[in-house]
Amino acid sequence: MKAFSELFTNIDETTSTNEKIDALVAYFAKADPQDAIWCVALLSGRRPKRTVKTNELWEWSGELSGLPVWLQAESYHIVGDLAETISLILPKNTSTNDYALHEIIETIAELANKDEPQRKEYITGMWQQLDQQELFVFNKLITGGFRVGVSDKIIIKALAKHYHIDENIVAHRLTGSWEARNNTLTSLLSSESSATDISKPYPFYLAYPLEVAPAELGAVDEWFIERKYDGIRGQVIVRDNTLFAWSRGEDLLTEKFVEFKDLVQSLPNGTVIDGEMLPMKDGAYLPFHVMQTRIGRKNVTKKALQEAPLVMVCYDLLEHNGTDIRHLSLAERRKMLEDLLNAVKTIQPELPLHISPLVNCTTWDEVTAERLRSREYNCEGLMLKRKTSEYKTGRRRGDWWKWKVDPLSIDGVLIYAQRGRGRRADLYTDYTFGVWDGDTLVPFCKAYSGLTDKEMAEADAWIKKHTLEKFGPVRTVTPELVFEIGFEGINPSPRHKSGVALRFPRILRWRKDKATADANTKEDLLTLLKIYTTGTGT
Amino acid sequence: MITFDNCGIYCAQAGIYIDPWKPVAKAIITHAHSDHARAGMGAYMAHEQAVPVMKFRLGDDINVQGLSYNEEVIINGVRISLHPAGHIWGSAQVRLEYKGEVWVVSGDYKLQQDGISTPFEPVKCHSFITESTFGLPVYQFPDVDEVHADINTWWQKNKAEDKNSVLFAYALGKAQRVIQHLDSSIGQIYTHGAIDNINKIYESTVGVLPGTKRIDQSVNRKEIKGAMIIAPPSAMDTPWLRTLQPYRSGICSGWMQLRGTRRRRGTDRGFILSDHADWPQLNTAVQETGAQNVYVTHGYKSIYSRWLQTNYGLNATEVETLYTGEALDDNLDKPGDESVQ
Repeated sequence: MKAFSELFTNIDETTSTNEKIDALVAYFAKADPQDAIWCVALLSGRRPKRTVKTNELWEWSGELSGLPVWLQAESYHIVGDLAETISLILPKNTSTNDYALHEIIETIAELANKDEPQRKEYITGMWQQLDQQELFVFNKLITGGFRVGVSDKIIIKALAKHYHIDENIVAHRLTGSWEARNNTLTSLLSSESSATDISKPYPFYLAYPLEVAPAELGAVDEWFIERKYDGIRGQVIVRDNTLFAWSRGEDLLTEKFVEFKDLVQSLPNGTVIDGEMLPMKDGAYLPFHVMQTRIGRKNVTKKALQEAPLVMVCYDLLEHNGTDIRHLSLAERRKMLEDLLNAVKTIQPELPLHISPLVNCTTWDEVTAERLRSREYNCEGLMLKRKTSEYKTGRRRGDWWKWKVDPLSIDGVLIYAQRGRGRRADLYTDYTFGVWDGDTLVPFCKAYSGLTDKEMAEADAWIKKHTLEKFGPVRTVTPELVFEIGFEGINPSPRHKSGVALRFPRILRWRKDKATADANTKEDLLTLLKIYTTGTGT
Repeated sequence: MITFDNCGIYCAQAGIYIDPWKPVAKAIITHAHSDHARAGMGAYMAHEQAVPVMKFRLGDDINVQGLSYNEEVIINGVRISLHPAGHIWGSAQVRLEYKGEVWVVSGDYKLQQDGISTPFEPVKCHSFITESTFGLPVYQFPDVDEVHADINTWWQKNKAEDKNSVLFAYALGKAQRVIQHLDSSIGQIYTHGAIDNINKIYESTVGVLPGTKRIDQSVNRKEIKGAMIIAPPSAMDTPWLRTLQPYRSGICSGWMQLRGTRRRRGTDRGFILSDHADWPQLNTAVQETGAQNVYVTHGYKSIYSRWLQTNYGLNATEVETLYTGEALDDNLDKPGDESVQ
């Protein structure tokens, strides 16, 4: 635990990617093998199940620190992190006891089957031994969610460096579902374990936003232009007569996405298709809020199946007849994908697999015009892919670009503010905005990001001086500041006073040049709603 | 005896303000930081160590009377004396007594000993005015010796990698404190001009500091290697700073206790080092005064007053002031200001 806690501190104290990699490599070199694999699991977001309730943590830490509940709550609002708050208010320890990371994690997991006094005994016992940094890490292990500024890329680079394995291979072997318990990195990264895990997806190749004028990309005919669909990017895998459907977030969705279950009979073994999973009805792709009705639920109802039947828009073929073909050119892969889909759909025309149609353009001007039509297709923009590109690992520049449409925007008035979390803790950075409905401002969205650090500090100081009322962590402020809010889509929502829900709202600009009277109205929102939800079947 | 008005903390009987923020005839100044010692007062009274800094910052021609600690001045029957506040060198608490009633205005203070300032002394009183910059139980600062050691280790490590170490610290107080505890056997210590100005005043008023070199035109930037440079926060992101590359930067502040503040600090390292009282120090200070009435100023004042009421049964009141406590940046309000103004 001390070694892992030190690693955590070292990573937290630097913003340099190389120093983070070095810290990880140094840790892998000395850590207990069972601890090291847990380290990778935790940093890559594979967190263990919660076994202790938040209320219990407050109650027990209150007893040890002698602080009343209201003061714990105030502290939490300001620190913005449960694990950190508790680690800061507990009495300081000087013990030098050290425990193996994997033992701690396993003990915490076993608490699920223990009664309250036993859970309390273990947790408070540890709280009275660990030093402050360890306490924080320990509390994070209990509460889950290790966000420490280590991307998958950093983990992959560190593992590649330590084990002298190619980064792409490491990336592949880290994908999918694997257990840290009773496992080691050596075995996870070995070729044998990869070969036996038939569920393993390939690491996704991701595009950066287009940074230059498209004309600078060269001749149009060197590129495949496709639409950027707004669903869940995923891989469908058929191996050994078994189907696996993975999301890009590496959630296994096979059980939830029942529409795909017949694919196991249709697709040959050793097939991996990359595509977008999204609902389609009467020949039209449905907007993301319809997709959401399918993601959140454990059990798929008949109604949901009828209203949001899923298909996969197929972008790419990664494995064909059991062979990894990612090194072939996109033109070759796409040809094989088309042939495969044609063959299976001749037998089964209803199969929920569609090739992602190419947007045929002969000039970049035509491409530019097609991009502007994206919302008509419920799409986010265009994808530009070089025909000669191989299928790479992770987010890369050069061969694949996403070219999204500009967001829709509306001017709203800041009406409520709440303290942020993490990096924005103790600053009022979470805002609710309102639009005019007659003489009153109705809230229409919340936004958390888009301001620079400087603007955030300025807004924070302003909010503290212009607070009308406080409700717990939320403050009502004098309606004075106008912000331009950008969003990707707009959908009807009976739950919201404004009648709409926005997709990906964020602050585009602080409109210091505008007075509140210049802000938009609820009518304006409803007009946008009308324009952008026609023809989608909802 | 003491009231709060729109000019500051006022003692009508003596006709004198303490740390006023608008021009008044007579002012007692607890310490020379700019949110407490402002220009434009007809006459000033302050601790003798604070006088040269005030003259330097507010003008040589100010009318100022220097007092030593415990020295008593009687104005219209009010007995006034200054007592060590431990905040920075020359910082004082103001004790005012009239007809047996005692008030203490503490300004900014800390109980931690920094090796530079005369240590804080508790003063018995009926009414105590306290700051609350770090008046939240999550602020429990680490041992100062450990932090000083961390700073030296950091310097050594940067030096080993051929990098300079730039530490941002307030010119008055924090800078001298930090320099005092640097291990000059590691390398050369340089100062920004703003720091050096105050260092010179410190050395002529209080005592000797480890040797430092002012970075001026005579210094060849190429000779600054593996050095420690002390600069004010206003030097962040300036061309001046860029001439010191390659460097790692650090900041010393109580706000570094929180991970969120640490992560958005804009420097490579954050050291938890403050000239203000943390939660246990505030509680100790308040209890040791024996005061029944506590007036809580700048900081987490609503939370801290509620704590004093509910935990110690004191008459605790929030007071609006224009003091800013500890800022990470010269231009910004400090992140924790709870005030609803």
